[in-house]
Amino acid sequence: MKRYFDSELETFRSDLLRMGEVAVRQVRDALQALVTGDVKLAERVIAADDELDDLEKAIDTEAIRYMNLRAPVATELRLVIVGMKASHDLERVGDEATNIAKRAIRLAGEPPLKPYVDIPRMATISIEMLRAALDCFIHADSAKAIEVVKRDLEVDAINRQLYRELSSYMVEQPGTITRALELMFISKSLERIADHATNIAEETVFLSDAQDIRHEQSLKKSGLTT
Amino acid sequence: MENTSPASASSSRPLATPPRVARQDDTAALPTLIDVKGLDFYYGAKQALFDINIAIPDRRVTAFIGPSGCGKSTLLRCLNRMNDLIDGTAVKRGEIKIRDIDIYGPSVDPIELRKRVGMVFQKSNPFPKSIYENIIYGLRIQGVKSKTKLDEVVEKSLRGAALWDEVKDRLHESGLSLSGGQQQRLCIARTIAVAPEVILMDEPCSALDPIATAKVEELIHELKKQFTIIIVTHSMQQAARCSDRTAFFYMGKLIEFDETHNIFMNPKNPQTEAYVSGRFG
Repeated sequence: MKRYFDSELETFRSDLLRMGEVAVRQVRDALQALVTGDVKLAERVIAADDELDDLEKAIDTEAIRYMNLRAPVATELRLVIVGMKASHDLERVGDEATNIAKRAIRLAGEPPLKPYVDIPRMATISIEMLRAALDCFIHADSAKAIEVVKRDLEVDAINRQLYRELSSYMVEQPGTITRALELMFISKSLERIADHATNIAEETVFLSDAQDIRHEQSLKKSGLTT
Repeated sequence: MENTSPASASSSRPLATPPRVARQDDTAALPTLIDVKGLDFYYGAKQALFDINIAIPDRRVTAFIGPSGCGKSTLLRCLNRMNDLIDGTAVKRGEIKIRDIDIYGPSVDPIELRKRVGMVFQKSNPFPKSIYENIIYGLRIQGVKSKTKLDEVVEKSLRGAALWDEVKDRLHESGLSLSGGQQQRLCIARTIAVAPEVILMDEPCSALDPIATAKVEELIHELKKQFTIIIVTHSMQQAARCSDRTAFFYMGKLIEFDETHNIFMNPKNPQTEAYVSGRFG
């Protein structure tokens, strides 16, 4: 039986997915701006962050209204709770994309420190994780969500490796310090984006199974062997 | 660590978290009071309950929910053999045990059973007598004559039903002079006066306003310390607020029975989910 207020939940879901699309686009564009030195694109990324902020507020407002007036239970209650959390994660992804774009502008006038290999690879994995987490959300697929959680370690490993590599650059050639630091922060931003994708995947497991799998280190570690 | 004294344990682990205590609604390990097994029940040729299996925990609140005609009230009335009073009804298979005694066994007197398993109805039904006489009606039938004893039971029951302060100065006025909510609490007081083990409540708040409902719900919360309570309700929110366990019935079958939190957070059966979300039909 369809209820007269079911359309409110549909709007809620589609707002959330819209937010996911925008967040993915922001990360992708920020990286593109960095790699190609495209200042105009970086500026567009910074300007577009408002859209994510507005969506986050809209989703929160609707979630609070729905809980207040519709007294949701079971799957619906979990959807509303998860929606509020996931929208916050997506808003943070947008902030990290903005940070990357700002650094891309600063780096655009400088000669590249080294060819962009690891950072685009991190970005690719992070974006794949975000997309997969959103897919899991749409299809309530908790098995796939757990795979997303496991991938977080790949990004962490590249981040650590870049940190070591960039530290050596700074020690050996002090002239590279400014650029190396920018790249370190960019690497850290991508690592954070993967963390937010992980959060969304974990929230998806709560949505479909009502299980809280956050902070289960054994779950992540099992990813290393596969 | 187990053998260290509390003082040394607290000094060596000043930030240790306190041991987790079981939540009040943690019913997993509770002893069963009422055990229904394989129950088939008929109104004449029409089967109303199909293979019901349910273990009701002692001194907790169990809610029966489900759409009209699902069998929840029928099962409730089986538990004190109220259905015996309707012609053509029969338990054709299965058994109901209360403290391991088969209540449909030949040695069980239904009147005695109903003293142990009291009932409160949807519509409050005080006798057209004084408040005092309403409470002691059961005791009078049992032959209790001592004025001291009767006074004591009246006060204890009315206090137990959170009605004493409102009626203590008018005990000899008619029970029918009370408000709807007070009448319902009077009926609860009358039920607990005969010291039952179980109180069955068949939509006890459906004719009450929100304030009277809240009072009855508070009362249920108090009463479960002493009594096992089963409440039939059409209000999902009431089941969520008052009960420790919830059973969902549909078309004469028990579809799902679990801790109330699970029924409203993560029901296993799609029919339960549809019903608690108000999508049924």
